[in-house]
Amino acid sequence: MAEGAIGWGGLAASLLLVVVAVGLSAWRRLGLEATMLWACARALGQLLVVGWALAALIDDDAPVALAWAWVVGMVVFSAITVRRRTPEVPGAFTLALVATGVSATLSLGVVFGLDVYDAVPRAIIPIAGMMVGNSIGGTVTASRRVIGELADNRDEVEARLSLGLPWPEASRRFVRSALRTALTSQIESTKAVGLVFLPGAMTGMILAGADPVDAVLVQAAVMFLILGCVATNAVIVGLGLTRRLFTDDHRLRPLARAQS
Amino acid sequence: MNPPLFAFEHVSLELGGRRVLDDVTAEIPDDGVTCLVGASGSGKSTLLRLCNRLEVPTSGVVRFRGRDVASLDPLRHRRQVGMVFQRPTPFPGSVRENLLVARPDATDDVLRAALERAALPAAFLDRVADDLSGGEAQRMCVARTLVTEPEVLLMDEPTSALDPVATAELEALARQLAADGVRIVWVSHDPEQVARIADHRLVVDAGRVRVG
Repeated sequence: MAEGAIGWGGLAASLLLVVVAVGLSAWRRLGLEATMLWACARALGQLLVVGWALAALIDDDAPVALAWAWVVGMVVFSAITVRRRTPEVPGAFTLALVATGVSATLSLGVVFGLDVYDAVPRAIIPIAGMMVGNSIGGTVTASRRVIGELADNRDEVEARLSLGLPWPEASRRFVRSALRTALTSQIESTKAVGLVFLPGAMTGMILAGADPVDAVLVQAAVMFLILGCVATNAVIVGLGLTRRLFTDDHRLRPLARAQS
Repeated sequence: MNPPLFAFEHVSLELGGRRVLDDVTAEIPDDGVTCLVGASGSGKSTLLRLCNRLEVPTSGVVRFRGRDVASLDPLRHRRQVGMVFQRPTPFPGSVRENLLVARPDATDDVLRAALERAALPAAFLDRVADDLSGGEAQRMCVARTLVTEPEVLLMDEPTSALDPVATAELEALARQLAADGVRIVWVSHDPEQVARIADHRLVVDAGRVRVG
């Protein structure tokens, strides 16, 4: 067994904590026992399937093209996830697909084009996964906030349109505010890293026995890439969505608010 | 004979699956103050929004001095046909910054003149727009629109959030602007107000329009 691996016994032991959670739910009659058990079973099942697939994909003899195909699948699935979480956003799937596609291309281009890492499946898949996965939250928040800001401030937007301002100028203040909100969480995470929490990649490497300094360098590179990817995604989605919310003759379309 | 200021030709409009205007054919004359009168939800504000193309008809044609509004450059048209909304909409910053949004290259002299036309003292230029009273803020919004030198001012129940004194001041302002040659189209649900300010009136009732 590799250093840092916990094995099936360790996994079973960790399930004791789930038993504690289920016990607490039953004791306080929260009614979450079945949900928690199903969530754990589903997570384990999904991870095992992904693990087996990854084992085949990151094999030293596996073709790199398969890894890139996996990345394309991630981008498409992230766009589906964004659409599912933002039904009020017109064209959410296309916007998220374009934004994630562009940001993933840019960030992975930097990582592998500048030889930060070797372009091997073992690096391509986890790095792309972290970038695409972290972008979903920023994309959803940016979409919802753009719609929320424009809906909440329709009077002011229309007052600006009525002065003869084109839609980009009429909406600029609100789109800026929405994007700031969407990016704040990732910026705060970047600022707090190491002080408040030890992020996943670094923790995983240290648990696996890597030198902490090496783990820090990897983590720093990952954080910078994630920040760049999330920012690119949010900006593309924010601007693309804003364009869709206005007609060609500079009218603000009716807006549906997110169901929270 | 000159064409009317606005002509609605068999205009219908559906919003969110609801027919807000139903085959409206009416004209707004090219002079003075015209009031669009009607109960809440009757469609009068929607009719007003058609005039500066914040809405477009589902069917039918809206004309501005004989020209189909759909054929006009919307941004230029909106500077010609200004709009003041039901609630004051001050933008962040000073009154000067608000007025400069309408015309970024305007000199202070131009801005002071716009304030004076809206019956506000020139000293207001440096006031914070959010600190103005309701009546002052609404008149500042009128001044902001006047900076674009509109030929028409659309006013969508502009006194609904104002006290009686501020209401009287805004009504007097509208009459003064009309006397200066600015056409006013004023939406109101208050018959007494309409009696005080209107030269012409159109009654909007459940999406249909008739001359009052």
